Amino acid sequence: MEHSSAVAAGQTFPGYSVPDIPWWKKVAVRLRGAPMLPLLILATLVFTAVFADFLAPHNPEVGNLRYRYRPPVWQDRGSWEYILGTDHMGRDVLSRLIYGSRISLVVGVTAVIVAGIIGTTFGILSGFMGRWVDQVIMRLTDAWLALPAVSFAILLAALVQPSEWNIIIILGVVYWTRYARVIRGEVLSLKERDFVRLAIVAGCSRAKIMWTHILPNIANSAIVIATLQLGVSIIAEATLSFLGVGVAPPKPAWGLMLAEGKSGLMAGYWWLSVFPGVCIMLIVLSANLLGDWFRVWSDPQLRQL
Amino acid sequence: MQGYIIRRILYACISLFLLSITIFCLVRITGDPAVLMAEPGAKEEDLQAIRREFGLDKPLVIQYVTFVKSVARGDFGKSIYYRTPAFDLYLQRLPASLLLASVAMTISLILGIPIGILSAVRVNTWFDNFGKIFAILGLSLPSFWVGLMLILTLSVYLNWLPSSGAESWKSIIMPAFSLGWVFAAAHMRLARSAMLEVLGSEYIKLARIKGLSERLVLLKHAFKNAVIPVLTLAGINLVLMVNVAVVVESVFAWPGIGRLLYEGISFRDFPVVQTTVLMGGLMIVFVNLIVDILYAYIDPRIRYGT
Repeated sequence: MEHSSAVAAGQTFPGYSVPDIPWWKKVAVRLRGAPMLPLLILATLVFTAVFADFLAPHNPEVGNLRYRYRPPVWQDRGSWEYILGTDHMGRDVLSRLIYGSRISLVVGVTAVIVAGIIGTTFGILSGFMGRWVDQVIMRLTDAWLALPAVSFAILLAALVQPSEWNIIIILGVVYWTRYARVIRGEVLSLKERDFVRLAIVAGCSRAKIMWTHILPNIANSAIVIATLQLGVSIIAEATLSFLGVGVAPPKPAWGLMLAEGKSGLMAGYWWLSVFPGVCIMLIVLSANLLGDWFRVWSDPQLRQL
Repeated sequence: MQGYIIRRILYACISLFLLSITIFCLVRITGDPAVLMAEPGAKEEDLQAIRREFGLDKPLVIQYVTFVKSVARGDFGKSIYYRTPAFDLYLQRLPASLLLASVAMTISLILGIPIGILSAVRVNTWFDNFGKIFAILGLSLPSFWVGLMLILTLSVYLNWLPSSGAESWKSIIMPAFSLGWVFAAAHMRLARSAMLEVLGSEYIKLARIKGLSERLVLLKHAFKNAVIPVLTLAGINLVLMVNVAVVVESVFAWPGIGRLLYEGISFRDFPVVQTTVLMGGLMIVFVNLIVDILYAYIDPRIRYGT
C-alpha cells in the first residue's frame, strides 16, 4: 500500500497550504441535510434531562395543596409562579415535565440499547452459526413476534415491582426481535464475502470473526434500527406508566402524568392532559424523523434514489 | 407444496409451544396465588385446600402438562376473581372487541387508502407532503393520548359524544378512531408505495398509450391492483387490533378483552391473564400461518425458495 500513503496527513506542499477546518465546520458538513428541528428538539430534551435540577422551578414530587388545579399563566387564576399550571396535588406541571424528560430519555435510550444488545447478539449468532442455532433462535423470534407486544409488556410489568430498571429490562426483552431479524439477514450475506472466508482460512476462531469482522459491518443497521425504535420504546414506557404498571408514583413520568390528569379531564383541567402528551409527541416525532433521515444517510445506495 | 405446508404448520406449533411455556412460567413465578384467593388471615389448612383445588401444590412440570391437556379440551381454568370459567369470560368479551376492531379497521381504511392513493398520484406535491406528515403523526401519537384529546374536545367541550362505556352507537366512535388512527398511517404508507409501484408498471403505460382517460387508468387499472396488498395487511392487522386495544379500551372503559386483560392483571387473576394473552398469540400464529400458505399458493418462488 505504498502509493496510498504518498500524501500523508499534515504534509505541506510549497505554495499550497491546506486550510485548517475548524471542528464545528466538519460536524456541520456531516450534518448537511439533517432535519434540524428534530435535532433541536432532541438536544433540548437532553439538555433539560441533564440540567433538570437547575431548570425546574419547583420540587416535582411535592406540591402545595393550597394551589391545586391552577391553570397555566395565560388563563384566569394563572400565575407566573406556576407557568403551566398545577395538578391535583398542587405540584408544578412544568417542573414535572422537566424531570419527566429525564425518565423518558433514560428509559427510552437504555431500553433501546438493551434490546439492541439482545437482538444483535441473537441475529449474529443465528446468521453466522446457522444450522440448529439458527433454527432455535428463529423459532424463538417467531414465537416472540406472535405475542401481542403491548399485552406482553403489560403482563411482564404487572408481574414485577414497578421501577425504571424493570421497565428497561421488560422493553428490552419485548422489542429485540426486529434487530434479530434484520441483522440475521445481513450476516447471511456477509458470511459469503471474501474477507470472512479469508478469516476462516487464516484460522480465526468463530467468536473472533463474529466480534471483529461481522459486528463492525452490521453496526450501522443496528444503530438505524435503534433510532427508529427509540420512539417505540418511549411510547411503550408512557403506555405502561399510564396503565399504572410502569414508573411508580410520585415520580414524574409523562405517562403517569397523563393517567393522573385523566380524572381532571371531565372537569376541564385540560393542561394536565395536553402538555405531557405534546412532549411525548414531539420527542417521538423527532426520533422518527431523525431515524428516517439517518437510514437514508447511512446507506449510499438509498441516498441516490 | 405439501411439504411446505407441513413445515409451516410445524413451525406454528413450535411457536405456540414456546408461547404457552413462556406465559405459563411467567405467570407462576410471581407470589403465591393461594394467598391472594383466600380471605385475609386464612389458616394454613385453608391455603392448602385452595392449592389442592387449583392444582397449585404439584410440581411445575405436572402443572404445565395438566394445563396443556385442559387447554386442548377448551378448558382454560376458572377465573380466581369471578369464579367462572376463564374461557367463558373471554368469549363474553370477544364480541365487543371484534366490533371495536372492525369499526376501527373501517376508519383506518377510509382514511388510509384514499390519502395513500392520492399521495402516489400527486407524488411530490403539497398533498404528498401532507400525506407524509399524516403518516409520521400516526406513528408518533400514542393512541391513549389521541383518546384523551378526543374526550377533551368532543365530550368535555362540545358534549357530543359520551366519554366512556358502551351504551349507544355513539360510544364506539372515539375508541375506534383512537385505535384506527395508528393503523391508518400504516395503511396509508403501504397504499402509497403500492400505487407508486403499479403506476410505474408496463400495463399502466399501455393503458395510457391506448388513449384511455386518466380517470379510467387510475380507477380501473391502477387502483384495484394497489389495494390488494393493503387489504392483505388489513386482514392481519384486524387480528392485531383485537389484541392491542388494551390501552384504548381502558381509557374509554370499553368492555372488550383488552379490558379483561387489564382487570385480570389488577386482580392477579392469572387464569384470565393466561387465557387472554394465549388466545391473542393463538390468533396471531394462526393468521400468520394462513397468510404464509396463501402466499406460497400464489407465488411459487416462496414454496421452492425455502
